Amino acid sequence: MSARPIATTRSATGIATGKLAVWWVVGSEIVIFGGLLMSYLMHRLGHPEWADYASHTNPWFGGINTFVLLTSSLFAVLAHHAAEKGDGKKAAAWLVGTCAGGLIFIGIKAVEWTIEISHGYTITANGFWQFYYTAAGLHALHVIGGCIIMLIIANDARKQLELHRVELIGIYWHFVDIVWIFLFPLLYIAK
Amino acid sequence: MAEHEEHTGHGQSYYVRIWGILLALLVVSIVGPVVAPAIEEMAAGVGAHAVKGWMITLITAFGIAIVKAYLVAANFMHLRIEKRYITYLLITMLMLMLLFFAGVSPDVMRHEGTNWQNVAAEQEIDRALKAQEAAGAESHGAEGAEQH
Repeated sequence: MSARPIATTRSATGIATGKLAVWWVVGSEIVIFGGLLMSYLMHRLGHPEWADYASHTNPWFGGINTFVLLTSSLFAVLAHHAAEKGDGKKAAAWLVGTCAGGLIFIGIKAVEWTIEISHGYTITANGFWQFYYTAAGLHALHVIGGCIIMLIIANDARKQLELHRVELIGIYWHFVDIVWIFLFPLLYIAK
Repeated sequence: MAEHEEHTGHGQSYYVRIWGILLALLVVSIVGPVVAPAIEEMAAGVGAHAVKGWMITLITAFGIAIVKAYLVAANFMHLRIEKRYITYLLITMLMLMLLFFAGVSPDVMRHEGTNWQNVAAEQEIDRALKAQEAAGAESHGAEGAEQH
């Protein structure tokens, strides 16, 4: 107890500091992704020629990836559920499952991008594809980063250590899921 | 278990149920825009000309995205039982996003106004639309890649 920094244990705000920090990250991320998506939206609405560019994205890839992320979010909340019960091993297992979802998501994206790039739809093709790769790429980086942190937390949870962190990575992961929930109709559905 | 349910108010089956609803909504958001033209035609057939395909796409794709995001935030992120000020913090960030859109979009979405004209955007739209028309249904879209 005495070895822990005060900042990680005090909660003058009514929320544990670690959790408050994650909410602050989520708040900052809303501005980052929000700015990007709003920029995309205003260009999409202002450029009628983008409708044709957008018609070349494959909604099957986007739809399957949405399913994968929603399912991984379920696993993340079940990991939290197990951690609250004090079952570190189960929480770790659900976190590994969540991470597997993230890896499947990245794998599908890799196949999708390979097909698109081979057809000439590269990041330099036009404004639409610039936004497409930037928004989906930034999101994919968040998935990869989340997976790495999740495995570190799962390793601790397995040993019954720092179980409160399971909830923290869950909050982050659900946010990444929500970003994709909006990217999906913007990039794949609105033709 | 009891401790967790006391904290969140929910058991494991509750989360699975929310996930089921999310998947059902996902199916609607994919199918909605596909069947939108048919619904528009059917509605016109019975005299409901106000029902347009783009409205159905807007509701099923973006309206449902908002519902899905709410379900994830309220139930999986437990915002429903979180301190209220966290919700206010997140809403403030969303407002900043809308403020950005309100401030910048008139300059981006319009290509001319009083004493200004975005010549580059107009030329690009003109060029691209002509190129798409010329390329025809088979090969259009990749033309941007070829010309840049």
